Amino acid sequence: MRGVLAACLLSLLPGSVAAQQDSIPHSLSGQPGDPARGRAIVANRTVGLCLLCHSGPIPEERFQGNLAPSLEGAGLRSTPGQLRLRLVDARRLNPDTIMPPYYRTEGLTRVARNFQDKTILSAQQIEDVVAYLATLKD
Amino acid sequence: MIRLRLAVALAGVFCASLAVAQATDPRRSGYLEMGPALQKMQDDDTANPAMLFVQAGAATWAEKVGTAGKSCADCHGDAAVSMRGVAARYPAVTPPLDRPVDLGRRINLCRTTHQQAPALEAEGNDLLALSAFVTLQSRGLPIAPPEDSKLAAMQAQGADLYKRRQGQLNLSCASCHDDNAGRKLAGATIPQAHPTGYPIYRLEWQALGSLKRRLRNCLVGMRAEPWEEGAAEYLALEAYLMDRARGMPLDAPGVRP
Ligand code: HEC
Ligand code: HEC
Ligand code: HEC
Repeated sequence: MRGVLAACLLSLLPGSVAAQQDSIPHSLSGQPGDPARGRAIVANRTVGLCLLCHSGPIPEERFQGNLAPSLEGAGLRSTPGQLRLRLVDARRLNPDTIMPPYYRTEGLTRVARNFQDKTILSAQQIEDVVAYLATLKD
Repeated sequence: MIRLRLAVALAGVFCASLAVAQATDPRRSGYLEMGPALQKMQDDDTANPAMLFVQAGAATWAEKVGTAGKSCADCHGDAAVSMRGVAARYPAVTPPLDRPVDLGRRINLCRTTHQQAPALEAEGNDLLALSAFVTLQSRGLPIAPPEDSKLAAMQAQGADLYKRRQGQLNLSCASCHDDNAGRKLAGATIPQAHPTGYPIYRLEWQALGSLKRRLRNCLVGMRAEPWEEGAAEYLALEAYLMDRARGMPLDAPGVRP
């Protein structure tokens, strides 16, 4: 089952991103992420959009959502590879999730013209967010 | 003045019956998700900015226009009588067409066929004001879409659109308004998306706006391509939302943040 999942994932991802089990172990961009840039992406309501749904340890952002669990401790609960897979396409973990697929364009319908065939975040932005989430250890 | 007092008294009765209804009905008007300051602004006809548009609509109601030289009042008389309950039924099938139209389109049918005047611009201030004036005559009345097979087909189409995921964020209307209503999307409480207050004065718009305009805002938020002006999809969603809110009292014209 897991193997099938990984195989499907492989065929759906942009480029050739290797996915194993419930994680994507290698950097999408080939570069390490920068946690400071990642934090800025998570905090930005029009770039990362994360705080629309999540809360997190970003006190300067007053308005945070409660549609999803807090991001606090995300780096304890998941490995960087698991975080990467969740960001790339959370439907691989929960087909009914409302968390948007951040690095996948397949299977979407009626996407607004200015976003067509674009992923929500770039490969390097995903890496930056993963690096930031990995620092959230309490 | 007497009218105003009557309206206040009626509003009191309406609020009391609303409270009783709420004890059993899980459906909530978006009014209830607003803070006390905005609720007060909506409740007070002298503070609700939409009432300025209603006044303009009342003036248009009495104005003779077109080749026919007739006003709305010439045919329909006192709006408080003839228009009572009308907005609570639309979208509906109406002559000479045999398909459902929204209230604005219905008013424009009277403009073009009965007054022989040019149609008012869809979602322009004149049509919104006239719609708000007509809708006010149904304040407190339960939403009551007619039983009609053509309308039923449209409601079903709207229900389907409402549940379908779309846009770059891959969300459906139901993802937010059914599954997460009452929760916080950043700073905003997600309402249940009942169309009870339309047209609304939205502070963010600094203007009176239609339900369609509100739906377009949500589509943009989902990063979905808004349907083009006048598309059947908006009418279908409106028909579905009205059916979903069947029995809820109209509380238009609403104020929203
Ligand atoms: C539209 C709402 C929404 C948005 C936007 C969103 N998420 Fe999520 N996220 C969820 C939900 C709901 C869950 C709970 C699990 C599930 O249903 O998939 C979740 C789960 C998670 C988890 C796993 C929870 C844990 O710690 O165990 C992480 C990590 C996460 N999201 C990170 C992010 C990041 C980072 C962003 C922005 C780049 C983001 N999410 C944007 C809705 C959202
Ligand atoms: C990401 C969550 C989300 C999605 C998806 C969404 N909406 Fe909304 N919607 C909102 C929020 C939040 C508001 C209230 C905004 C405010 O108060 O500023 C709202 C407001 C509304 C309202 C106004 C309710 C009132 O009381 O005035 C309606 C109607 C509505 N949405 C319908 C829809 C429809 C139809 C769709 C699908 C095409 C949709 N929405 C998709 C979040 C969403
Ligand atoms: C010459 C007479 C005439 C004038 C002027 C006129 N109407 Fe009408 N109106 C009608 C008739 C007749 C109907 C019934 C439908 C039909 O046969 O067109 C109607 C129907 C309506 C309805 C639908 C009522 C329902 O129960 O479904 C509304 C709303 C309405 N008119 C509003 C207006 C407004 C607003 C104006 C002014 C802009 C106006 N009308 C001007 C004759 C008129």
